[in-house]
Formats: sequence, structure tokens, C-alpha cells
Amino acid sequence: MRTKVILALGAIGLPLLLRNLYVIMFLVPDDLEQGPVYRIFYYHLPAFLVAMCGYITAMAASVLYLVKRDQKYDTIAVAATETALAFAAVNLITGMIWGRISWGIWWAWDARLTWALISWLVYFGYLMLRNAIDDPTERAKNTAVYSIFASASVAVTWKAIEWWRTQHPGPVLSIRTGGVQRIDPAMENMLYINTLALLLLGAIFLLVRLRQEEVQREIDGLRRYAHALN
Amino acid sequence: MDERNITFMFYGLAVAWGLLALYAVLLGLRERNLTKQLDTLKRMIEEKK
Repeated sequence: MRTKVILALGAIGLPLLLRNLYVIMFLVPDDLEQGPVYRIFYYHLPAFLVAMCGYITAMAASVLYLVKRDQKYDTIAVAATETALAFAAVNLITGMIWGRISWGIWWAWDARLTWALISWLVYFGYLMLRNAIDDPTERAKNTAVYSIFASASVAVTWKAIEWWRTQHPGPVLSIRTGGVQRIDPAMENMLYINTLALLLLGAIFLLVRLRQEEVQREIDGLRRYAHALN
Repeated sequence: MDERNITFMFYGLAVAWGLLALYAVLLGLRERNLTKQLDTLKRMIEEKK
């Protein structure tokens, strides 16, 4: 069943990604001030939004694990965290490339950039912590608590462009500006369409990672069984 | 518009696609490794039984 869902998501998501790449490269006009480099924005912002969804999913799954003590939620938390880290890396690096042209520097210790990097490092720490704990129940419990605390950095990252008006541009999507149009509606629509495409890709990554975590648990169980047979 | 602007646009798009493709490849390699481990363990247990 899960394989069918992955294939269905791929059948919709991959053509959409390719179609969006074509539109971004050849059909959307250049930005008057920034020129062609602004097209990076069509991946930079959607990757950020997908990463945020992943972090929030991990937090929700961690809360559910602590409430229900069901390993299923621990599996969701680790799969969502790893997927979020992949998209957050895309967000950070594409932002640096855009900044090199638009700001003249690769990196600024601006509030949003710094908090996005802190979040990435904190969640990378989550994966490191998982590797350091052998007992599955202890690992699930400790990392669930860690993930809930880590989600504070996600909230600060999200609000950083409103709380501190530093170098990073402020909110541009009308859903965050209370309906105020800060970018061309055609650009905003393209951002939403590519966010949808990256969300579908993120869902595929998440489902594949979920399956892998389940197989890993099966392997661990069989290892214990094989050990008992000796 | 200076040439660097277009070059950096390509860098940006290449990094976005490249990182996601790299992660997909890593997932595929991990999947293959896990399947191999699972098969080996199952075979080993069958032999011991």
C-alpha cells in the first residue's frame, strides 16, 4: 500500500517539478532589480517551508510518542527530521548563493540566517543523539524530549524576520503579510506551485524513510532472535 | 545584466536539484543495504533452525 502511495506521489510530483523548472528557467520574467538570480528564490523559500513542515511534524510526533508510547511516532519523528534537514540544507545553501550576488557576501550573521543555521545544527544533533543511545525505548524517550525543546528554535527561525529587521528580506507571501501584496501575484503563485511540488517530494522522502526505519527495527529484532538461537 | 548574475542563478538551481538528488541517492543506497542485511539475517536464522 505504502509503495503505491509513493509511486502515486512520484507520478504527480516529479512531472510537476520538471514543469516548474521549465517555467522558472524560461517563462517567468527577470526581476527588474535583481535580474535572473532571483529565480533561486523559487527553490529557496519552498525548501524552507517544506523544512518547517518537517520540523513541526517531528515535534508533533514526539509529543504523541511521549503521550502514547507507540514506536510508530518515534519512527515518524526521525523520518520527518531527516527529511527536514535535507530541505533546510537546500534553503541555507541556495540562500548563500543568492546572497553572494544580491548582498555581495556569502553569509551574514543576520537573525534569520543565524537561527536557520542554529535549527539545522540542533536537529543534526538530534540525529547524532539517536546514534549515541542503544536502547530503543530510552532512545525514543530522550530524543522525543530533545525534539520538543528543539522546536523552540524553529519558532524563533520562523518569526526572526518579523522580530528583527536585519539584512534578510521581510515576509513576502500575502498569507504572512495579512493580504498585503509585496511581490507580483504571478511570482507568488509560482512560489506556491513549487512549494506543492517540493512538498510532494518531501512526502516521498518521508515515506521511504519510514519504511527504512521499520526495516531497521525488523533487522534489530531478528538480530536479537539470532543471538538467542546461539 | 552581468554574466555572474546568470552564472549564480545556475549555481543556485544546480545546488537545489543536486542536494535533493543526492539525498534521493543516499536513500536508495540505504534501502539496498537494509534489504541485503534483512535477507542475510533471514537466511542465517533459517539455517540455524
